[in-house]
Amino acid sequence: MSPTKDFWRRFRRNRGATIGLALVWVVIAIAILAPILYPQSPWRMVQRPFLPPFAVEGFWFGTDTLGRDIGAGLAYGARVSLLIGLVSTLVALLIGIPIGAVAGYFAGRWDDALMRFTEFFQTIPSFALAIVLVAILEPSLGSIVLAIAIVGWPPVARLVRGEFLSLRSREYVQAAVLSGQRPSAIIFRQILPNTLSPVIVLASLMVATAILLESSLSFLGLGDPNVMSWGYMIGAARTVLRQAWWMSVFPGLAILLTVLALNLIGEGLNDALNPRLARKGR
Amino acid sequence: MAIARYIVARLLKALAVLIAIAVLNFLLIHAAPGDPAAVMAGEAGAADEIFLQQLREKFGLDRPFHVQLWSYLAGILQFDLGFSYRQELPVAKLILDRLPATLLLTGTAFLISILLGVLLGALAAVRVGRWADSAITTLALIFYATPLFWIALMAILLFSVQLDWLPAYGFETVGSGYTGLERVGDIARHLVLPALTLGLFFMAIYARMTRASMLETAGQDFVKTARAKGLADGPILRRHILRNAILPVVTLAGLQAGQIVGGAVLTETVFAWPGIGRLMFEALLQRDYNLLLGVFLVSSALVLLFNLITDLVYLVVDPRISLAK
Repeated sequence: MSPTKDFWRRFRRNRGATIGLALVWVVIAIAILAPILYPQSPWRMVQRPFLPPFAVEGFWFGTDTLGRDIGAGLAYGARVSLLIGLVSTLVALLIGIPIGAVAGYFAGRWDDALMRFTEFFQTIPSFALAIVLVAILEPSLGSIVLAIAIVGWPPVARLVRGEFLSLRSREYVQAAVLSGQRPSAIIFRQILPNTLSPVIVLASLMVATAILLESSLSFLGLGDPNVMSWGYMIGAARTVLRQAWWMSVFPGLAILLTVLALNLIGEGLNDALNPRLARKGR
Repeated sequence: MAIARYIVARLLKALAVLIAIAVLNFLLIHAAPGDPAAVMAGEAGAADEIFLQQLREKFGLDRPFHVQLWSYLAGILQFDLGFSYRQELPVAKLILDRLPATLLLTGTAFLISILLGVLLGALAAVRVGRWADSAITTLALIFYATPLFWIALMAILLFSVQLDWLPAYGFETVGSGYTGLERVGDIARHLVLPALTLGLFFMAIYARMTRASMLETAGQDFVKTARAKGLADGPILRRHILRNAILPVVTLAGLQAGQIVGGAVLTETVFAWPGIGRLMFEALLQRDYNLLLGVFLVSSALVLLFNLITDLVYLVVDPRISLAK
C-alpha cells in the first residue's frame, strides 16, 4: 500500500476527524460561495432591524441592530476567519521553523540563546500582547495576522528544536556532514523534511487557535474595519443580548463549529501521522 | 537553605524577564506610528503643540535613544508607569485600584480550572472507554473550541436572563449597603459566572492533559510492580498514578497562566468586572496607549507571579525533587 493511501486509511478510521474534515469543507465552500449566496455586501441594510430568525423567508438567521443580514455576515465572516487562520499560521511557521532548526542543529550556545528568547515570548500573556500589537499598529488584516503570528510561533520553534536535537545525531545526517554539505543544505534538505509530520499536526491546531484569537480581537473592536467577521458581529450584538439572542448565538456557533472541526482534524492527523510524537509540542 | 536559594534564583530570573518586557514595552511605544509624544498624550489631535513639547522635554524624547530607555526603566523601578491623560490619573494608581478584582477573578478561575480539570480528567481515565469518559472527553473538546467571550455571553443568557439565578454584571450590587459577611456573599455571587466561564476553557485543557497523562502513567512498569506487590487499586491510583501523572499538568498550568490573565480581558469586558482586563478594554476604546502598555506590563508581571507559584507547587508535588541535599 502506498504511504498516501495508508495515511488516508488511518485518518478515515478516526470518526471525529472525518466529521471535522467534512465540516471544514462546508465552511470553505461557504467562504468561496459567499458572493454568490449573498450578492449584496454584508454591511448593507436589507431588512428591518431586529428581525428574528425564520420570520421572513430568505432571512433565516434574522437581521442585526441595523437591519443587516446575519446570514450574509456569517458567510463573509467565514472568509476572514479562514484567511487569517491560514496566513497567520504560515507566518508563525516561517518564524518558528528557522529559529527551532538553528537552535536544534547547532545546539550549545545558539540553542541556549534562542530558547531563552522563545521562553520569553511564551511568558508574555499572548492575548494581551496581541491586543497591544494590533492597537498600536492600527487594526487591519495585516496587523492582525502579524500579531497572531508573533504570539503563535514559540511552540513551533520548540517542537522543531526538539526534532532537530534528536535527528542531528542520526547516521544519515552524519553522512551528510562528512560528505561536506553546507549546514543550510543539511538543515533544509536532510533534516527538515523529516520533521514535517509533527509540524503539520501542530499547524492544523494553530489554525484553530488563530481563528479563536482573531474572533476575540475583533470582538474587542480590534478587527479590520473593512471586513465582516464573526467576532465583530458578536461584539456589536453584545449590548442587545437580552433583546436579540440570535445576533450573538449564530456567529458564536460558527466559530465553535469551525474551531472544533479543525481540532478534530488535528487529532486525526496526529493519530495518522505520528501516534506519539506530536502531543509534546503543545 | 537550598529552598531559599532556589526561590532567590527564580526571583532573579523573573526580574530579568520583567525588565525585558519593559524594554519591549518601550520599543512598542516607539513602534507606534507617529510621534511618541502624541502616543503618550493619547491620540494626537486633542493635544496641542505646547503640551506635546512639554511631554518631549519631560520624557526626554529629543534625547538619544539609550538615555530615553534608561529613564523609562528607572521610572518603572519606582512604580512610575506614566500618566493617563485621558483619565487624568497616574497609570500606576489606575492599575492598583483595579488589581484586587483581577487577582480575585483569575485566582478563583485558576483554582476552579485545575481542581475540576484534574478531577474530571482522572475520572475519565479511570472509566476509560465508558460513558463517563466519552461525556467528559466530548465536553472538554467542545469547551476547548468555544470562544471565551461567547461562553460568557451564553452564560449570561442562561443563568441571568432565563433562569435569573445569578447577577450578570459588576463586582457587587451597587447601592446595596451590604457590609461584612453579607457583602462577601454578594461579591461571591457576582464572581460565580465570570470565574466559571474563565475557568471552563482551561478546565478543558487540564482535563484532557490529566486523562492522557494518567493513561500513560498507568501503563508504566512501576505501576505493574505496585500491583504485583499486592497493593489495592485505591492507593495505586492515588499514590502512584495520580501523583506522577499530575506533573505535566502542573507544568502546563504554569505555562497557561499567561492565557488566564489574557482571558481576563474578555471575561472582565463581558461581565463589567472592574479589574485590569476591563481597564485594558477601556484604554483600547479611548486609544489611551500609555495606560494600555501599563496594563500590559502589569499583566506580564502577574504571569511571572503565577509561574513562580507553579514552581513552588512543583517542589511540593514532584516526588523526585528534593532540595534538602
